[in-house]
Amino acid sequence: MNLLFRNRRIRGLLAVVPAHERSFVDEMTNFQFPVARSLKLKQVMGYDKHRLVDGPVCSSDLACFGMECLFEKRLLDPAEIDALYVVTQSPDYLMPGTASVIQGRLGLNHDMFCLDINQGCAGFLIGLFQVFLLLDQPSVRTVVLINVDVLSRKVSSKDRNSYPLIGDAASITVIERSEDDSPIHANLKMDGTRREALMIPAGGFRLPSSPETAVFEDDGENNLRALDHLRMDGSAVFNFVQVEIPPLIEDLLATAGATKDDVDYFLFHQPNRFMLQKLAEAMKVPFEKMPSNVVEHYGNSSGVSIPVAIAHNLREKVARGTIQACLAGFGVGLTWASMLMRLGPLEFCDLIDFP
Amino acid sequence: MTSAKTIEEVLKQIRPEFDFTASQDFIADGMLDSYDVVTLVADLDKAYGISIPGIEIVPENFQNIASIEKLVHKYAALK
Repeated sequence: MNLLFRNRRIRGLLAVVPAHERSFVDEMTNFQFPVARSLKLKQVMGYDKHRLVDGPVCSSDLACFGMECLFEKRLLDPAEIDALYVVTQSPDYLMPGTASVIQGRLGLNHDMFCLDINQGCAGFLIGLFQVFLLLDQPSVRTVVLINVDVLSRKVSSKDRNSYPLIGDAASITVIERSEDDSPIHANLKMDGTRREALMIPAGGFRLPSSPETAVFEDDGENNLRALDHLRMDGSAVFNFVQVEIPPLIEDLLATAGATKDDVDYFLFHQPNRFMLQKLAEAMKVPFEKMPSNVVEHYGNSSGVSIPVAIAHNLREKVARGTIQACLAGFGVGLTWASMLMRLGPLEFCDLIDFP
Repeated sequence: MTSAKTIEEVLKQIRPEFDFTASQDFIADGMLDSYDVVTLVADLDKAYGISIPGIEIVPENFQNIASIEKLVHKYAALK
């Protein structure tokens, strides 16, 4: 599916990561693997440190902390927010939605649209699409898009498949209409037949949580997890990315009448360094144009990983000037989406710690 | 050193506890898991100065020494 938007801009972006940092080397003793084997994997995948919430911290806690920071610095006025979209797969509650929780905690006005979107790795793109669509409404001028997840709380610490790369984070992106009518091309695909490649089997209504779903089992590769935990078919997800993303980007660029050389940065979802480097090689994109360093500093924070990549790598560049960015998100659903847009200059672009 | 021997050496660096000449299906026999394959690809890339594409990282290409050798030769020829 191709999408086309005009007259939209990102005014500013703030990423929030937990101050609590863990290292792969410290966590290796939790895994049922010899140290030497784990250290080799660390080197290849780019594992080093990741930021995880400490204790019962919820998505709205990270989000509200970031929002209050913006209010305090007068970078965002609560009264100007016409809509609050929250993209998360780790909501505070099954009901009400986390957007309502955040609205209530911050005392935002009632004359606004609050919505939760259940999306993960492609969630920054999906969120942007939804916000861009909403901005067609004359009464909607400023929308806050929050991507947030605290998925470490649903990943087994004994699962070497997933635990080393997980990270928790929130991002707040302020989006508004713009005078600039340059086209913003985007595309999107979804395939629910492959939905089980990335899932949390228990905890919903199909299989409610119970003492049985909390029992740890070996997945056949010495990783221990319960049905209540995130389960990722690493090989299937890796293959999906390598097969589907290069043609997605080719189609996007062809539709936009652009080439890879026209793109300053490929700002992709950050699953791990190995996957991104193989993707860069397949697409013949120089590594320096495709940052792949988020997992080693913060972990893979699902839909927040693109904002974290921007704030960590490019905050000065996008604060001062404009870049031609190709964004791409891919993962749970399965969902894959990309967008070509001019990014910057931003009124704010920062990454802060949640204490 | 023949490529088969080099490949065997690389495999032994990853899983020293196994005899890779004694199996024709490393994954089915539990000698390599999915992350061992990732490590193997990184080590083969380095050992041969090649870049095995991500789409080739599928179980059938890593079943035994012969299949790995075939894959390595394919990309070494493209250098």
